[in-house]
Amino acid sequence: MTLLEVNDLNVSFPTRSGEFEAVRGVSFQLGQERLGIVGESGSGKSLTGRAILRLIRPPGKLRAASMRLQGEELLSMSEKQMRRVRGQRMSMIMQDPKFSLNPVMRVGEQIVEAYAQANRGNRRERREKALAMLQSVSIRDPERVFDAYPHEMSGGMGQRIMIAMMLIPDPRILIADEPTSALDVTVQMQVLNIMDRLVSERGMGLIFISHDLNLVSSFCDRVLIMYAGRIVETCRADRLHAAEHPYTRGLLNSLPRLDTPRERLAVLHRDPSWREPSA
Amino acid sequence: MSDAGAEQGISITGLDVWFGDGDERVDAVRSVDLQVVKGASVGLVGESGSGKSTILRALTGLVNSWSGTMQVDGEHLGKRRSRHFYDTVQMVFQDPYASLHPRHSVDQVLSETLSLHKLKDIDRRIVRLLDDVGLGTAFRFRYPHQLSGGQRQRVAIARALASEPSILLLDEPTSALDVSVQAEILNLLTDLRAERQLTYLMVSHNLAVVGHLCEQLAVMQHGEIVEFLSVRDLRAQRASQPYTQQLLRSSMGFVRDEVTTA
Repeated sequence: MTLLEVNDLNVSFPTRSGEFEAVRGVSFQLGQERLGIVGESGSGKSLTGRAILRLIRPPGKLRAASMRLQGEELLSMSEKQMRRVRGQRMSMIMQDPKFSLNPVMRVGEQIVEAYAQANRGNRRERREKALAMLQSVSIRDPERVFDAYPHEMSGGMGQRIMIAMMLIPDPRILIADEPTSALDVTVQMQVLNIMDRLVSERGMGLIFISHDLNLVSSFCDRVLIMYAGRIVETCRADRLHAAEHPYTRGLLNSLPRLDTPRERLAVLHRDPSWREPSA
Repeated sequence: MSDAGAEQGISITGLDVWFGDGDERVDAVRSVDLQVVKGASVGLVGESGSGKSTILRALTGLVNSWSGTMQVDGEHLGKRRSRHFYDTVQMVFQDPYASLHPRHSVDQVLSETLSLHKLKDIDRRIVRLLDDVGLGTAFRFRYPHQLSGGQRQRVAIARALASEPSILLLDEPTSALDVSVQAEILNLLTDLRAERQLTYLMVSHNLAVVGHLCEQLAVMQHGEIVEFLSVRDLRAQRASQPYTQQLLRSSMGFVRDEVTTA
């Protein structure tokens, strides 16, 4: 079942030297799966994630042939309708919980607020919902966390709270933009497992944006590789090591690996033709 | 690691570093012993807050609340660092966007550094330094905002090399860079070490990067070194401490259904 269908998505920004095209002709479909988007900084992967939620601020421009969420055209929605889509049907988790949580509001209130956007219920019901959600992201003492402020939480806890807040309205799609890059590796694995479990239990679609090729190939089902605003290759995540595009190959070869020591690392030679659509 | 060799490199014994006093006191580094023999390349690995960067900062004199013994090239370090120390030891920081003055050109950055070290022949040295880090003179009069992240890190490395040090302290030198740029900087560090017989002490959270550039590593947790091991043992996954094994597993990528409620 297709949850999201994106056709010919473009994002551009005006600069002194003309229009800069940051995302160019991106098309893909998302089902109940974990879709990875990988690329280096400036490849347009984060902007693609934001564009799906129509979060491109002027003077940036978003153009697309169509962007359909469960068959509904997002491009023709009013800003008011879009606000009902964001958070409730599609959520986004950003890199650093320090910047996404409100620092002067208790954690519990923030989760309750996210819940109350779409659901009715009295104070006690809401609180119970929020506590149950905190428990489902493997927080052992939800009561204490509920009454805490974000600065009292570690990075890993902060990101679990973000996941709880984003999933409590029961969205169909979760966009996670480098959700674990600010976390230590051991904590990273716990957070990914929690996200993975919840997404599959609820039959959601996940868009996982990352620069980490190893992580994406081991975590996702399918991967889009972006270069200079364009998708240069799509492949099954477990086949990423056998990717064919010279850019993907170059990225893979430039990684130091523990299992295969090398004297020198391969250096990526960028080919101008990678910027253009393949014939 | 013989004592004779240690005199020439870095020798740290019983190092404690703390921040704050009384109830506020945090012990960031606790009784650390670390030897880096001349010409070796040693990695310090651990999670954020484990104290790995603090060791580098105590060495260079950026942190003054420490006790224990630190020797560099046979010289005992006290509260202040001599000029000789800074001629011998230089540091490369993590974020090339933060470590260069935004309104100083590459030329200004390097010539100021060279004159601080009381070196002559500044013009010729700048040309050579830029050449050594693979930038070339075309970049000499550029400002940081006109450079990419990798180019900035090359400038930071050129600045560290200005005094012709024998020891480089590398604090996550590639973690702010894309993987393809990381490969270029790692290759540069490999070449420089071979050409100049440099000694490296590198802090990183990335085991693969440490494995590439170092021969030995110390694993830190909660301010203490929990394990020393060779890169050969690391590659063969022969780690004795559970914490090191956990780091190794995590560096291999995601493993499904390993949920631990910690």
